[in-house]
Amino acid sequence: MAASSPWKHAIVVGASSGMGAEVARLLAAQGCKVALVARREAELNALAEELNRVRGGAAHAYVHDVTSYDEVPALFQQVCRDLGGLDLIVYASGIMPRVAEDEFDFDKDWGVVEVNLLGAIAWLNPAAQRFAAAGAGTIVGVSSVAGDRGRRGNTVYGATKAALNAYLESLRNRLSTRGVTVVTVKPGPVETPMTRGLGRMPFMISAPEAARQIVSAARKRAGTAYVPGIWRVIMAVVRAIPSAIFRHMKF
Amino acid sequence: MTPVTLPEPDLLVPPEESSPAADAGRAALPEPLPADRLQPVGSWGGSQGGMAYAYRPTTVAQIREVFALARSRGLTVGLRGAGRSYGDASMASENVSLDLTRMNRILDWDPETGLVTAEPGVTIRQLWQYAIEDGWWPPVVSGTMFPTLGGALSMNIHGKNNYAVGPIGDHVLYFDLLLPGTGEIVRCSRVENPDLFHGAIGGFGVLGVFVRIALKMKQVSSGLLRVNPISVANLSEMFRVFEQKLTESDYLVGWIDCFGEGAGLGRGLIHQANYLAPGEDPVPAKTLRVENQELPDTVFGVVPKGLLWRFMRPFVHDFGVRAVNAAKYWSGTRQHGQAHTATHAGFAFLLDYVPDWKKAYGPGGLIQYQSFLPKETAEDAFREHLLLCERRGLVPYLGVFKRHRPDAFLMTHAVDGYSLALDFKVTARSREPLWSLAAELDAITLRGGGRFYFAKDSTLHAARLNDYLSEERVRQFLALKQGVDPEGLLQTDLYRRLFATPVSGYK
Repeated sequence: MAASSPWKHAIVVGASSGMGAEVARLLAAQGCKVALVARREAELNALAEELNRVRGGAAHAYVHDVTSYDEVPALFQQVCRDLGGLDLIVYASGIMPRVAEDEFDFDKDWGVVEVNLLGAIAWLNPAAQRFAAAGAGTIVGVSSVAGDRGRRGNTVYGATKAALNAYLESLRNRLSTRGVTVVTVKPGPVETPMTRGLGRMPFMISAPEAARQIVSAARKRAGTAYVPGIWRVIMAVVRAIPSAIFRHMKF
Repeated sequence: MTPVTLPEPDLLVPPEESSPAADAGRAALPEPLPADRLQPVGSWGGSQGGMAYAYRPTTVAQIREVFALARSRGLTVGLRGAGRSYGDASMASENVSLDLTRMNRILDWDPETGLVTAEPGVTIRQLWQYAIEDGWWPPVVSGTMFPTLGGALSMNIHGKNNYAVGPIGDHVLYFDLLLPGTGEIVRCSRVENPDLFHGAIGGFGVLGVFVRIALKMKQVSSGLLRVNPISVANLSEMFRVFEQKLTESDYLVGWIDCFGEGAGLGRGLIHQANYLAPGEDPVPAKTLRVENQELPDTVFGVVPKGLLWRFMRPFVHDFGVRAVNAAKYWSGTRQHGQAHTATHAGFAFLLDYVPDWKKAYGPGGLIQYQSFLPKETAEDAFREHLLLCERRGLVPYLGVFKRHRPDAFLMTHAVDGYSLALDFKVTARSREPLWSLAAELDAITLRGGGRFYFAKDSTLHAARLNDYLSEERVRQFLALKQGVDPEGLLQTDLYRRLFATPVSGYK
């Protein structure tokens, strides 16, 4: 039996698959009412049905494309109303299209900025304002180890995650004295449908395990959590590599 | 240094066309309200938090605008005065909170007849301070002076003189009620719209907005009361002394040390008070001055009272309260029978002696469980209540005992009997056991034919509403609501909790 959730009402943005879906499952299992926000309707409804079968009223589903920023203020209010309150928001939406070595495609990059960064700001800004007024609340942003260093193979994806890190840190600095917890989560590789074809990666963990560590970090009010924790050490080393050497490295 | 191979960090979600169903859902969303309107609007006891879109009108026209705004967004409106109800009676979570505290003008005052006409946001404090120098005092006051008149009528508050003069509603001549459905204002009195008169008083703010209230004040010939403290060794003695003193007292209130056990179960102190007869006070013009009524701002002349709750906080746990209560009880036995005078404000507003005292309960706040029992069953029921609390290890830190009489209001909480109000500290750990205890206490109360009070309630379950009010009474009330508010615009968290059936769907 999972420990009961310290949160009663949560929004998970990007809930239709991967870590978002697993976080939603975990929260629901711990007795938290969860609003599932995602673009893909079929997956979303399947998850909502699954959660509501276990406990009626555990999940509400909202089909929403995070790049429809104009929609967010109204939807955010509607979701809070449907949940009857809000004490946790998890932003887990993210895309990472493959980018070839010599590819500099603005449209593709722009799409990444929209989902990974602008969507996060669109959702977390109203949450931050609400939590600041309430004097309580938890914000979790799912970033990535990729934001710690500008890798050659991963231009704008890494850039959006670095920007997300700075944004979340800024929220933390603004809100921590007002009773609000802001957690930056930096996962390494996680087993999801999308990584299945890429073979076994170092320190790879399953999505449910990642979700468990994310929720645990949020409970502990960690500022920045590497998932799994070994990545804190690895990334400290990677960050220490001088730029002159790093640019000649293959990864 | 070993080069580290970084994997592709996380998932890729293939882009996909958004579905028409999603677009349809989007179009249906109403325009959002300004985010900075969203403010904490919680229970006074602090045990329940909530956020609502707060609007603070100063005119009737502005109230109508807020109604229109809420309607256009598909939201409901919860009325709120000073927010002094212990539970969720003034909460409107995620909806519009219509805060009436700025409609606080005294519209008319006749020092000859004692008839006052006021807006709903006028507080009891404003009222007594306004009228006392003319020799008038509010006929019914709560233990704190901060509630508004609108709130006082909505809850139909009672005082330590309930057995003698009834609730505040018994002193209201008429009021003007703004109806949510049509937006019209109707006058209600015992002859004009008597159903609404008897329904809206005690109607916990879901039938309409009191926009003008006419109240008859009580004439007093002195600013002082004669107070007689009486200590009682147990619950039976508490009942016996109350019955003895009833006819000869203007006010009676009992304090119970809930840590009293065995032969001392229900031990406590009674304060009996009487008005002075005309001529008895040699200097009434002096004792009736507001400055001579005011509670002091400092303790021992130096410590600001605003700080007091911080000193209390380290003692607000079982061990501390047990010791403090015992000390209070034993010092009370010393003062037994030593009559003295007290000001009206000093006697009436015991809860205001320590500003913000609720904060001493800590972040989880407190709830109050108050039940009203007919005199025939009260003693047994209250004994069972106290024993059950003891058995469950959840002992109330404050117990207040009062005598009541029935009244003619539809949703009345009063009985020809007694009430016992129990204050419980709420913590993360005690919360669930406390709500279960309340359900057990409810069973005892209802078995004794008892009643509850929405100004205090946090725990009653909807399934027990009919046992409390009777099916017929609930039906009558909802029929009234259907008449004045067919779309169910006025709703509070308490209304949703207890009257969960949407009013339009009620048969």
